[in-house]
Amino acid sequence: MADNIDQGGNLAASTGVDPGAGAVDKRRRRTLIAWTGAAGAVAGLGISGPFVMSMFPSERARAAGAPIEVDLSKIEPGMMVTEEWRGKPVWVLHRTEGMIERVPSTDGAVADPESRQPMQPDYARNELRSIRPNYLVLVGICTHLGCSPSQKLEVGEASGLGADWNGGFFCPCHGSKFDLAGRVFKGAPAPANLEVPPHTYLSDTRLLIGEDSKRG
Amino acid sequence: MKALLLLACLLGPAIACGASEEVRLYRANIDLRDAVSIQRGAKVFVNYCLNCHSASYMRYNRLTDLGLSERQISDNLIFSDAKIGETMTVAMREEDGKIWFGVAPPDLSVIARSRGADWLYSYLRGFYRDASAVTGWNNVVFPNVAMPHVFWKLQGIQRFHIVEGGHHAEAHSELVLETPGTMSVQAYDEMLRDLVAYLAYMAEPVSIKRVRVGIVVLLFLGLLIVMTWLLKREYWKDVH
Amino acid sequence: MGPTNSLVSWIDERFPLTSTFKQHLSEYYAPKNFNFWYFFGALSLLVLVIQIVTGIFLTMHYKADADQAFASVEYIMRDVPWGWLIRYVHSTGASMFFLVVYLHMFRALLYGSYRKPRELLWILGMLIYLCLMAEAFFGYLLPWGQMSYWGAQVIVNLFAAVPFLGPDLAVWIRGDYVVSDATLNRFFAFHVIAVPLVLLGLVAAHLIALHEVGSNNPDGIEIKKKKDLATGVPLDGIPFHPYYTVKDLFGVAVFLAVFTSIVFFAPEMGGYFLEHNNFVPADPLKTPAHIAPVWYFTPFYSILRAVPPMLGSQFPGVLAMGAAVVIMFLLPWLDRSPVKSIRYRGSLYKAALALFVVAFLVLGYLGTKPTNVWGQFGPWLGGADRATVVARVFTIVYFLFFVLMPWYTRVDKTRPEPERVTS
Repeated sequence: MADNIDQGGNLAASTGVDPGAGAVDKRRRRTLIAWTGAAGAVAGLGISGPFVMSMFPSERARAAGAPIEVDLSKIEPGMMVTEEWRGKPVWVLHRTEGMIERVPSTDGAVADPESRQPMQPDYARNELRSIRPNYLVLVGICTHLGCSPSQKLEVGEASGLGADWNGGFFCPCHGSKFDLAGRVFKGAPAPANLEVPPHTYLSDTRLLIGEDSKRG
Repeated sequence: MKALLLLACLLGPAIACGASEEVRLYRANIDLRDAVSIQRGAKVFVNYCLNCHSASYMRYNRLTDLGLSERQISDNLIFSDAKIGETMTVAMREEDGKIWFGVAPPDLSVIARSRGADWLYSYLRGFYRDASAVTGWNNVVFPNVAMPHVFWKLQGIQRFHIVEGGHHAEAHSELVLETPGTMSVQAYDEMLRDLVAYLAYMAEPVSIKRVRVGIVVLLFLGLLIVMTWLLKREYWKDVH
Repeated sequence: MGPTNSLVSWIDERFPLTSTFKQHLSEYYAPKNFNFWYFFGALSLLVLVIQIVTGIFLTMHYKADADQAFASVEYIMRDVPWGWLIRYVHSTGASMFFLVVYLHMFRALLYGSYRKPRELLWILGMLIYLCLMAEAFFGYLLPWGQMSYWGAQVIVNLFAAVPFLGPDLAVWIRGDYVVSDATLNRFFAFHVIAVPLVLLGLVAAHLIALHEVGSNNPDGIEIKKKKDLATGVPLDGIPFHPYYTVKDLFGVAVFLAVFTSIVFFAPEMGGYFLEHNNFVPADPLKTPAHIAPVWYFTPFYSILRAVPPMLGSQFPGVLAMGAAVVIMFLLPWLDRSPVKSIRYRGSLYKAALALFVVAFLVLGYLGTKPTNVWGQFGPWLGGADRATVVARVFTIVYFLFFVLMPWYTRVDKTRPEPERVTS
């Protein structure tokens, strides 16, 4: 821009504008332009701030996406409930002792037995992918293309998935299979284990989904 | 100990048609920076108003503006099964309100922006006993209002009284406190002031922040004015 | 050649970047004697940009639905991060738009900027003003408060006063028998896309016309008449850039300080920018005690009210209101003065203009108030409302300013214009 400004001054020499030879303090002009430009940049940032911020979730969306509480005392062993959190189905499965014992037996068949991929908070990065062994909390959305897998908790032929089925989940869309810890079986189209959402226990029977630690 | 409500003009049919500007209003003198007063007002609001009137644009967790924690809000100000992030709704359905009161109680979220703090304050002070009214109550600021006097146990019972015009004074009307309530006049007025402060806050929760941001913006613009002035003056040295 | 220059020449071979810049900025020669009144054109453009940008972001959250519109505005004010600021800037911007445009138009009256060869420039400007009125009217319904609703109701009913067609026309505009969801939806369409498109086109045309004929100035003389023989540049002209860009930058900074003072410290502006009753949701069964349009429409609203119904029809009032705007289009041909600028006009024009301004302001004030605001005259005038009588007098003054203009501008004693601009 500085070029144009100088040019403007020169072009106008014969008109109402008369910079006078050597009278123009170019350095002062450059400094002033730099300062005003900097202030303008600050103003631009300051103005764009509110517009950018306004596109983040509103208080209403935040309230709707707030953590939800689940009463665990109503879930019998072997039962699973589906809750809605941020518009997604979240499963809470009360695993029986038998289910817990069956999880390690699939270690060899699943793609990521040690949960290396970050599909869970650190506190759930263990073989059972849970804080407490008997409660599995999962986002019920297949990591392949977003279908919601169906529960196939029964063992063997009763599940319809063959005699060696140890219980788990089956995605009807493209046939991905997951075990009782939400780990994806090798050879399935799904690239990763089912996601474990942030969750925490408020007491022995109260589970909070959507937050890592207790609220103050 | 008389609670007087002087009116600028004789109450006539002209006022009944809703020209409430003609009533002289008391100044509510609220201070939106007084968070404690607004907190007290919030308590009054959820206890007395929120049974019939909703504030369906106001979220409970917004009250954290006033320095309250979410736990404090849940424990002291939420009486329904509403969650902290939800708005202040009422269980009463609009149709029921119409049946019970003749009109559905209006939502109070922005009432202070349409009525003004002084009007609300004067209105809440202005109830008097009127046997001819359906509810048994009438109001000098809002004649024939459908709302009963919910604070009557606190304020006591006022009666409407017309003072004849004399040599020096024009005829005017006043309210006389006939049966004192459980609160002194002063304490009642203080409570109303808190409540109105809360209503004003609720009508525009951002008002304090708005002014604060505004000061920063104006300081910056002051700087920009100086810079652009210097720049202009420098260039205009060329122009003769 | 640095990388910037080679990029510029790369573009220039494909798009007239440098030449456009020169034509409209660095080699557009504006008179060097612009004063305070010449800030408002640039400021109008600034407000237009502000309104478009804030409008786009409001549209992201607003719901054009009679059941949700009012709530969605409060949702913007409370739940959307910084939504309150965007909304206040937009609502303040509406009023500021009219403020700067009125001052811009008044400048034209002061210095005869509508005179030959700028007649078309003036007409394009008037069309922009009409668009702006339409834009403001459509936009005002969107918050769906009591004033939105009843304001729209009253204005649409003006069309019902048109003989023969009227009632059908009003129904057609509303798309219903009352102002309703259908009306809201179509007003939304007009407000966010139809009118802005026309507005932008007209603004572009206005600027093109301006740069074709060149700017007028406070002396009302043509700087193009005195050119430098060697360069062909007007002797009293200075390049718009950098001289007026830096000057306008200063104007913008001052204007923004005023603008933001309103946004942050008095967004309702005492009920003039955001009316109190508009914080009550629209209720088709209950008319507010006092309906007034927003301040920028009130001079015309006053004229509408001042004209009494004739033959049992409101139409004369509607006609008068329309005429009050339309007559401004004729200014270039009504003014017969040998000079353009008020500096060289005689006392007749000065008095006429002063009276016109007073009439405009008084009519504007009265339009915000009920007709009984000043009480009544005694029995000698049939107990008529004082304000109505005053409004009638000033309505006549308003029209006389235009109707008598060919006469008083011709007989007025003018002083000779200077050869060159004065500072």
